[in-house]
Amino acid sequence: MQTARFKRVSEQDRNPIRLLIDGQVVKALDGDSLLVAVLTSGPVLRQSEFGDGSRAGFCLMGACQDCWMWTADGQRIRACTTPAREGMSVLTQPPSEALWPIPA
Amino acid sequence: MADPRIIVVGAGPAGVRAAECLVEAGLRPIVIDEASFSGGQIYRRQPRNFTRSYESLYGFDAAKARALHGAFDGLKDAVDYRPDTLAWNIAGNVLHTVSDGVARAIEFDAAILATGATDRLAPIKGWTLPGSYSLGGSQIALKAQACGIGARVVFMGTGPLLYLVAYQYAKAGVEVAAVLDTSPLSAQAKAMADLVVRPDFLARGLYFRAQLMARRVTVRNGITPIEVIGQSSVEGVRYRTADGREHRIECDAVAMGFHLRSETQLADLAGCPFVFDEATGQWRPEKDGDGRTGRPGIYVAGDGAKVLGADAAETAGRLAALAAMKDLGRSVEEAEMDRLRGKMRRFDRFRRGLATAFPWPAGLVRQVEDDVIVCRCEVITAGQIRETACAKGAPEMNRTKALSRVGMGRCQGRFCGSAAAEILAEVRGRDLSEVGRLRGQAPVKPLSVSTIVEKAE
Amino acid sequence: MRTADVIIVGGGIMGASAAFFLRQRGKSVILLERDLVGQKASGTNFGNVRRQGRYLHQLPLANRARAIWGALPELIGEDCEFIASGHLRVCYTREQADRLEAYARDARDYGLDLEMISANALRDRFPYIGREAIAGSYGPQDGHANPRLTAPAFGRAAARAGALVEENAEVLHIEKVGEDFRVEVRDRGIFRAPVVLITAGAWGGKLSAAFGEPVPISVHGPQMAVTEPLPYRIAPTIGVSTPHVHETVYFRQVTRGNIVYGGSTRGPASNETNRASVLPENTLGQMEQMRRVMPGLAAVNIIRVWSGVESYMADDLPVMGPSGKVPGLYYAFGFCGAGFQIGPGVGDVMAELIATGATSTPIEPYHIRRFAAQG
Repeated sequence: MQTARFKRVSEQDRNPIRLLIDGQVVKALDGDSLLVAVLTSGPVLRQSEFGDGSRAGFCLMGACQDCWMWTADGQRIRACTTPAREGMSVLTQPPSEALWPIPA
Repeated sequence: MADPRIIVVGAGPAGVRAAECLVEAGLRPIVIDEASFSGGQIYRRQPRNFTRSYESLYGFDAAKARALHGAFDGLKDAVDYRPDTLAWNIAGNVLHTVSDGVARAIEFDAAILATGATDRLAPIKGWTLPGSYSLGGSQIALKAQACGIGARVVFMGTGPLLYLVAYQYAKAGVEVAAVLDTSPLSAQAKAMADLVVRPDFLARGLYFRAQLMARRVTVRNGITPIEVIGQSSVEGVRYRTADGREHRIECDAVAMGFHLRSETQLADLAGCPFVFDEATGQWRPEKDGDGRTGRPGIYVAGDGAKVLGADAAETAGRLAALAAMKDLGRSVEEAEMDRLRGKMRRFDRFRRGLATAFPWPAGLVRQVEDDVIVCRCEVITAGQIRETACAKGAPEMNRTKALSRVGMGRCQGRFCGSAAAEILAEVRGRDLSEVGRLRGQAPVKPLSVSTIVEKAE
Repeated sequence: MRTADVIIVGGGIMGASAAFFLRQRGKSVILLERDLVGQKASGTNFGNVRRQGRYLHQLPLANRARAIWGALPELIGEDCEFIASGHLRVCYTREQADRLEAYARDARDYGLDLEMISANALRDRFPYIGREAIAGSYGPQDGHANPRLTAPAFGRAAARAGALVEENAEVLHIEKVGEDFRVEVRDRGIFRAPVVLITAGAWGGKLSAAFGEPVPISVHGPQMAVTEPLPYRIAPTIGVSTPHVHETVYFRQVTRGNIVYGGSTRGPASNETNRASVLPENTLGQMEQMRRVMPGLAAVNIIRVWSGVESYMADDLPVMGPSGKVPGLYYAFGFCGAGFQIGPGVGDVMAELIATGATSTPIEPYHIRRFAAQG
């Protein structure tokens, strides 16, 4: 069980939604950004491309670009400015060779 | 003759008031905003299904937030409002936007750039660890998402926002482990003469501080950050107090910021000349007192032009709109422009006070150790910048970028530019202004290769 | 040092490598660069180290350059991120496939081995290539390098070898007085040498015209873009071979992961303001072509675009060789957006020509006298 990074302090009576993170079903709340949905169930969003470890976002306002995740079908998604939606499937790891580059 | 087409970029305090002023004059401006709702970052709204009150969200600023939101909501039918839209480039008198994967080219007679600001950051060892956030980011988590960035948070940096956000966290029930301010208290005393022009603001700062102390939060001034500690995640902070003693404090999150920096990419791409601002050590678009830049038809207002805060942004937005209309040959009330200029002068004096009270820690940045990551995107260390500057002969920022990759990543140097310039100036023995600034390059933010084109309007 | 055997005007990849190779041949050298070494076309181009597709008469020069690329660490102490990861050209029509095949046949005589790849083999080996591509031609020994690093690295190597490399040194006037050229540099005074080599790229035409040798030169800017970093999984440089200019895009993935691409159009540039720009509409039009050759690229973002001032000759050939009028004067400029790969070879050939009076690599088609009749 991974620890959540963010702590909810209020507004917890919203409708629950479910997402897949690295293939695991997690619960979040309607109105969460993808970043918040991921970080209220786990500690990180992505891996730095240059070998210095994990990242979990930074500015939360679409400026630092440190929260780009991969979706399970090989698309890019900026977690802090994307609303979490029921059924979304994202990865905190780089995509496998089957997923990227996407075959034509 | 058809009405002139005026575009306002940004729907924060400056953009909203600019749009309002244009509508009052009978025009129908286009308002471009990256966010889904107006308000900007300072008066950022929570999602529709959230229920907290204005008072709980914005505290002392609840009335201002409500007024600004109300003003823009009242303009809905009078403006061409395009939320969720990024202005990714500007060339000549054409603004290039993208929304939902569709690119549009919009010609304009005047553009008012009200692009706001983000935190100004200084690199600290370990600041890329998960659990490290910008101060503004930590506030967004709370305000827009009702979350704390951790269970026990250290606030480190400087600026009025440091105390405000720490107070908001404490009030929301998140444990505040410490507030660590790099500025000495003496600096605030020195700035008093300028700060007293806004006694309300000054009183608030004292209030937040007192509230934090009352909650037995450690508040330290004049500290030197040493390291954000942790293996794979933030575990604590090491810092030195003014008396030279080293301290360590446990936490699972750290929020850091050193006041603000303007978002100037669009003005740069538009070809506006920039000036070096001695007070803050930053470059910003050159403008006259009304917001005219060196490029005809381009105006700047709000924190994106010069960091003066939200109240000043509202005034500046209105003033820029009047200036734009005047330049397009429409009659405007000179008396109102004069009145607004007077207000702006007062805000400018207060800004000088803030720069004195909460100085950018240039000295700390220049001393940062070689192994500290400066550029978060490309993972470029201070040592690599120094090595490039010396061994490879890079005398200025763009050359340093070309040879070391600093500032070359996704964020385009937003969060490393200030620090990289300090390090470069130090190692080359030049003035900060002499090492220049990172030239803006489109797109303003990452642009999907899937983007398709809609025909020009 | 105010005098030398050779003064080189222009510190791009041609000038910087010529300085290095002249030092290797024992000549004293002063390299004068108006800005910083390698900042203009040499530092802003795509970074293609390809021989495939060049005019056949240019292949000996390209081969000579290719040998230098492979030896960069021994020669100048760094590899400039050169990797021989292959170069693939793909095409969309049968006619173009026939042209690729004919080229491969002819290029073999010049020592360039190219492998023709069928549509099916393209799918197997490069599954990310768009289905519109019906054939390809693959050169395993070509690849790519980092243009931002290369000319500066040659400049530093030349300086280490004893060349005087003067940056921020704008040449105001050159004249021949007796046996020597007298080169006036803004704020630095006069430099003298019996030999001058003009490697001033887009600014070369003005200098040659001053010696009575005007050339039909125009300037344009390449339209470059780069994606965010992605897992490193695309080895070769890939380009579309087509007679239609708007279809001619090319891309490569650097080992750090970013995909660099360019082509389809050129943008405005000026050798008065020294600026070149990427037109927003070009960025978008280029994306459409990129999605044809690699549909999966639609999933990712570009994070930066750039351009530079490149020089193009009316006949698409560079100016290279001795002056037709002034003894001791040499030219190497106007490389028509295709100078990066041959750059180190050009430097080596010009050094040989200046030091020995002849070169073993044929460069006759590029002599400036071909424009004399039009003068």
